[in-house]
Amino acid sequence: MSTEVASTTQAPPVLEVVDLETRFHTARGVVRAVDGVSLSLRAGETLGLVGESGSGKSVLGRTLMGLIATGGTTEVSGTVRIAGQAVHELSGRQRRKLWGPKIAMVFQDPMTSLNPVRPIGVHLTDPLRLHLGLSRRAAKERAVELLDRVGIPDPRRRLEQYPHELSGGMRQRVMIAVALSCDPEILIADEPTTALDVTVQKQILDLLGSLARERQMATVLISHDLGAVEGRTDRVVVMYAGRAVETAPTTELFAAPHHPYAEALIGSVPALDAPPHTVLRAIDGTPPDMANPPVGCRYAPRCNRAQDLCRDQMPLLLDTSPGRSVACHFPVSVALPDVPEVPDGANEKETV
Amino acid sequence: MYMPDPGFVRGTLLRRGQLARRGAALLVAGLVAVALGLSGVLVAVVNPVLIIGGLVAVYAGVDRLVWAARRRRLDLLLGLASAWLVLLVGAAILAPVLPLGEHEDVAATITDPIFLEPFTYGDHPLGTNGAGLDMLARVIYGARASLTIAVMAVTIGLVVGSAIGIIAGFYRRKVDTVIGIFTNALLAVPPLILLIVLATVLDPKVRNMAIALSLLTIPTMVRLARANTIAYSQREFVLAARALGATKGRIMVRELLPNVLPPMLSMAVVVMSALIVAEASLSFLGLGIQPPSPTWGNMILEAEANDTMTEHPFILLVPGTVLFLTVYSVNLLGERAQQRWDPRGAKL
Ligand SMILES: Nc1ncnc2c1ncn2[C@@H]1O[C@H](COP(=O)(O)OP(=O)(O)O)[C@@H](O)[C@H]1O
Ligand SMILES: [Mg+2]
Repeated sequence: MSTEVASTTQAPPVLEVVDLETRFHTARGVVRAVDGVSLSLRAGETLGLVGESGSGKSVLGRTLMGLIATGGTTEVSGTVRIAGQAVHELSGRQRRKLWGPKIAMVFQDPMTSLNPVRPIGVHLTDPLRLHLGLSRRAAKERAVELLDRVGIPDPRRRLEQYPHELSGGMRQRVMIAVALSCDPEILIADEPTTALDVTVQKQILDLLGSLARERQMATVLISHDLGAVEGRTDRVVVMYAGRAVETAPTTELFAAPHHPYAEALIGSVPALDAPPHTVLRAIDGTPPDMANPPVGCRYAPRCNRAQDLCRDQMPLLLDTSPGRSVACHFPVSVALPDVPEVPDGANEKETV
Repeated sequence: MYMPDPGFVRGTLLRRGQLARRGAALLVAGLVAVALGLSGVLVAVVNPVLIIGGLVAVYAGVDRLVWAARRRRLDLLLGLASAWLVLLVGAAILAPVLPLGEHEDVAATITDPIFLEPFTYGDHPLGTNGAGLDMLARVIYGARASLTIAVMAVTIGLVVGSAIGIIAGFYRRKVDTVIGIFTNALLAVPPLILLIVLATVLDPKVRNMAIALSLLTIPTMVRLARANTIAYSQREFVLAARALGATKGRIMVRELLPNVLPPMLSMAVVVMSALIVAEASLSFLGLGIQPPSPTWGNMILEAEANDTMTEHPFILLVPGTVLFLTVYSVNLLGERAQQRWDPRGAKL
């Protein structure tokens, strides 16, 4: 993995997100589902996006695709660049051209993400004909190849079958084939295995990994389960209440998490070598109400290291070492750097 | 339901050819028996026996032929329903060349018996009405008008209703509000008043009647389509289609329509029977086919006059039975079609 990362570091990022915010104006107030997230991704790189359910992972994934955009009661600010194009400045038509050939998504629930009254084949041939302009026959041949590649036996017969005739794992394989149909540069997999049996989960994750490798595809693997991300991603972004609280190379994060939330999450992953009936550490408390988040650090109410400062001032995401950053006033096992040049850095300097 | 293989006769399995030949023989014999029974050349009591026995023989014959050809048993109800519809539509189309009695010219039937009971095996197998018009001829000619109008009106309702309903349910917001106001307004006007207004502005032509009646079905269809569209729009497959570059139009036509249409088709069958009766009220208002020209609706309304209903119930029973059988058959066909072709049917 490390050699691949080294070979791709020089390439320009295929996905660049700067200060992305997604706000929903609801009856209860403004929900800041994504609150200032920045990240970048190079070809062939795999990024894990983890956080509890409700932390804004899906909204982030959909916003960076441009599926969620400003309009109605939704407001998006910040920039997302896919292959150099600022997604949120494109017209609807230009954006649709990105979806499929540049960026594609695998959804959480394969039971509902396939149309129940349309055969498997049509799900695959539709985007092929739309984006690549293939003929009916050529699209069908390509669909067979795709199904074969994602490990579906007897693919030619499957084309005529309906979603309900397939098992959950098979349906998710179909969804992956559909997402890959136009050979995207970026794949966003939003909890692709959450709805599946444990035994099938690993197969699907392995499949995604091998597909990403052979196609040099940049992948965002969204999961609420750190275990699904460990060993399968190059870097991890830990999200809490709409904000990125820690970014780190995967191995480093698991070796030494800096944010107390990341530490707690890692503590709640069952270790493979743990004796049976080992008590797992659950994180106390519940995530904050996103329409009315606490002032200061959003994790403070649940954090065992929290001090008065945490309840007053929101910590910024600061670099602790190359490629690692953490948003915490009192990070675990690392000292915050001295950062005099941060614009409103007065707060931060006091904390050091 | 357990049905033994018709190929087994006294413990031996017949070859296909033999089975087919027996089937064909039974079919012909059955048809001859039915024809004899209907023509009434034999003694009266024998006739019903001949007809019923003949039908059973026809069924058994067709069953064997189907089994010999396809190795599949005949679905009795489905067979009867299809046969009824084929017979009805065929007779309606061929009405002018069939040897039927008088169906509308009252002057021609002055010497004919009135209120003649059905099944008298004379010139009037289903009897005559108060003006001596032949009931069988009226039922068949009535089918032409009634079925055409009902099918046209329901089709207009389906097309317009699904289009408007899907648009309202998909776009929501202002579009939905505006469409909601119109459909509710249409629903708020009592149907009779709506029809009276239309009767004053439209010529009594089949096409106009279909349009007028379709107005009664559109609000219901719109609501049904809209509700289902809203439900299906939340499903992830719509988002998945969007995430692959599908336009709004494409999503409405290719993703939502196939999901929204099946319940609308079931609804259409029910609505159709109501329309056949509603068409009668159109005639009553002067926008429609005027009695004594027959439509099923007109025939049903005839029973309302004076004591007709109590003294000659068959005046109502004949068109009523025909209407019932037709609606039932269409319903059954729709249901079987859904079982066979709707991929979700298998899950239920
Ligand atoms: N369309 C919407 N309108 C209002 N709030 C929303 C909408 N979509 C998501 N949210 C809110 O945004 C937050 C993040 O949701 P989500 O991204 O689905 O979480 P995750 O995927 O991490 O489980 C949740 O609090 C959710 O209620
Ligand atoms: Mg989610």
